[in-house]
Amino acid sequence: MSITYLEAIREAQYEALRNDPSVFLYGQDIATFGGAFKATKNLSKEFPNRVFDAPISEDAMVGMAVGAAIEGARPIIEMQFADFSSIGFNQIVNQAATLYWRTNVPCPITIRLPSGGTAGSGPFHSQSMEAIYAHYPGLVIVTPATVEDAYWMLLDSVTLDDPVIFCEHKFLYYHLKADQIGDRELPIGKARIARPGRHATIVTYSAMVHEALRAAEELQLDGYQIEVVDLRSVKPMDTDTILASVARTGRLLALGEAFPWGGVTAEIIARVTTDGFHLLDAPPMRLNSKDTPIPYHPNLWKAHRPTTSTIAAALRRLLRN
Amino acid sequence: MYPVALASSINCVETDLTADFRDQFLLTYQHMLLSRVLEEKLGSLYRAGGRIVGGVYLGKGQEAFSAALGVQLQKGKDIYGPLIRDQAGRIAFGEPIIDTVRTYLGAVTGPMRGRDGNIHRGRPKEGHMAMISHLGSLLSVVAGGLFARRLAGTLADSIGATSIGDGGTSTGSFHEGLNMAAVEKLPIIVSIANNQYAYSTPNTRQYACENLVDRAAGYGIEGITVDATDLASCLKAFRTAVANARAGGGPQMIVGTLLRLAGHGEHDDASYIPDKARQGPSARDCLQVAEDFARDRGWLSSAGLRELNEEVRRNVDQTVSKVSKEPAPDPFKENWQALSCAELVEGQHEA
Ligand SMILES: Cc1ncc(C[n+]2csc(CCOP(=O)(O)OP(=O)(O)O)c2C)c(N)n1
Ligand SMILES: [Mg+2]
Repeated sequence: MSITYLEAIREAQYEALRNDPSVFLYGQDIATFGGAFKATKNLSKEFPNRVFDAPISEDAMVGMAVGAAIEGARPIIEMQFADFSSIGFNQIVNQAATLYWRTNVPCPITIRLPSGGTAGSGPFHSQSMEAIYAHYPGLVIVTPATVEDAYWMLLDSVTLDDPVIFCEHKFLYYHLKADQIGDRELPIGKARIARPGRHATIVTYSAMVHEALRAAEELQLDGYQIEVVDLRSVKPMDTDTILASVARTGRLLALGEAFPWGGVTAEIIARVTTDGFHLLDAPPMRLNSKDTPIPYHPNLWKAHRPTTSTIAAALRRLLRN
Repeated sequence: MYPVALASSINCVETDLTADFRDQFLLTYQHMLLSRVLEEKLGSLYRAGGRIVGGVYLGKGQEAFSAALGVQLQKGKDIYGPLIRDQAGRIAFGEPIIDTVRTYLGAVTGPMRGRDGNIHRGRPKEGHMAMISHLGSLLSVVAGGLFARRLAGTLADSIGATSIGDGGTSTGSFHEGLNMAAVEKLPIIVSIANNQYAYSTPNTRQYACENLVDRAAGYGIEGITVDATDLASCLKAFRTAVANARAGGGPQMIVGTLLRLAGHGEHDDASYIPDKARQGPSARDCLQVAEDFARDRGWLSSAGLRELNEEVRRNVDQTVSKVSKEPAPDPFKENWQALSCAELVEGQHEA
């Protein structure tokens, strides 16, 4: 028996629906069809009248989730692709994110964003939007890299009294498997040492954790031990764990799949250089996608995002400094 | 004539069949056939694996409705904003099929140069807008082109046209775009292919009005419905709408009823469409309906059809084999710039 990252997301929603009658699911093609990626397969059968097909109206989907949350519901909204959440952007950053601060009424909604690139998906079915949402006060941004985190952090997101942007990576949906879902280990907001090391630290999240681990394997052959920190949630960002790791290694590579301007990697570097400048033995580095939209053709797509080999090359440069 | 189920819909009658109409019918039929054969080829390339990475989205069953609009437009004069199921309309508008094949295969030689793929293609400076995925968002862009022409005094009797599905009409963008076009009284054709499903979602979960055309009155624009499986009626409907728009009648909504005869994409078996719908009148194959219509009137002979089929297949095969030999994009030769002002492009921020 094994369970994929995608199945874990489905199972978590099953549990959430089972645990709490105020949970409902709203999204395009998620009822009978089970969703474009099958993340809600059979849930409408198991929970009739709690899993609904939405019209193609992302703005309204988020707005209705906010209204429902005010009334005591805990909606989970599925965006068919993260990219389409841009249509619900106003409701997310202005309605949901400000509600508690303005009115003292919390907004327990979870918005699932099938995120990140897969070959051949092109500029509008590949985006990573965590940094955009993290910029706005009032949102929690979760970016699971493992099957366990996909499961437990989704359950945690639903019980959290604040709006959560749940960035699940499409590349991990089918490829990533675990034998079983272990116990809940860390809460949202705590990073995880995915691999211990002492020569350099990679801080990353989501699918890039796995590229980082492969690059670390590669560097091991050269005798380097690379520590990999999986942020798990980019907001809140676990600065303590990052600084403790950099204190051990003296070198930092901030890695992300998203566009290079600003964003999560810039935030990591800003925090380490402001709070831990003295810990650094070399200038910190960052690696992101290129500063163009995400290309369609696999040749271009592979060159656009960080890969095991570009990460390994960056690490070698970092270690030479 | 084929019976048309919908009330208040445009219906072609024998007296409409002038020589000019017949010529346009036959031309449109050729576009439809080319579209069908090309799409079958794309589907088989997809199923064979390897050559096409990513989805394949076909317009099978929607060729008549799509091409009947495309054929009314004049490339170089009008602005066309096609969507997912408009392969036939794009051909009718004048897009060479090599652009389709190059875009699906991601060839550098194509209009999208491997940067974008499949249906996300166009040549905006030739009036062929390149859709983004976000449904509904092209309407205002087409409207903007017309608006600028009016400002510049170059609009004359040129028009714009754009398509959407039943599902896409639920977007805010669609509503905003159409309302704006109506307020500005722009000459735009808004073609709604109501194939009764948006991916798996039936109309009952998409909108609550009786017929989407009922919305036209709310926008203050002209609206007509048509049996979209019937090429003759589609041609009549779009001819009427285009003439109205060219004459200054403002936005024109045409709602066509039909069924998509393929999956949402080639990955999808569309098993959510019940047999009843598959056997209903909207499930008629428009290509067959058009063929029968032409044969019945002696416009097409068996020999002529055979010849046409052979020519179309040869054309498609030759195009695909030509493109297959063309170079794939090379990331080292690729110009990684998203700005046209090269001096403003930042470094890649790479470590
Ligand atoms: C704003 C937005 N949300 C979601 C999607 C994902 N999506 C792509 S096609 C589609 C269904 C479209 O249905 P319809 O408009 O009826 O066109 P059809 O596919 O039936 O031709 C959906 C939901 C999208 N492209 N844009
Ligand atoms: Mg549809």
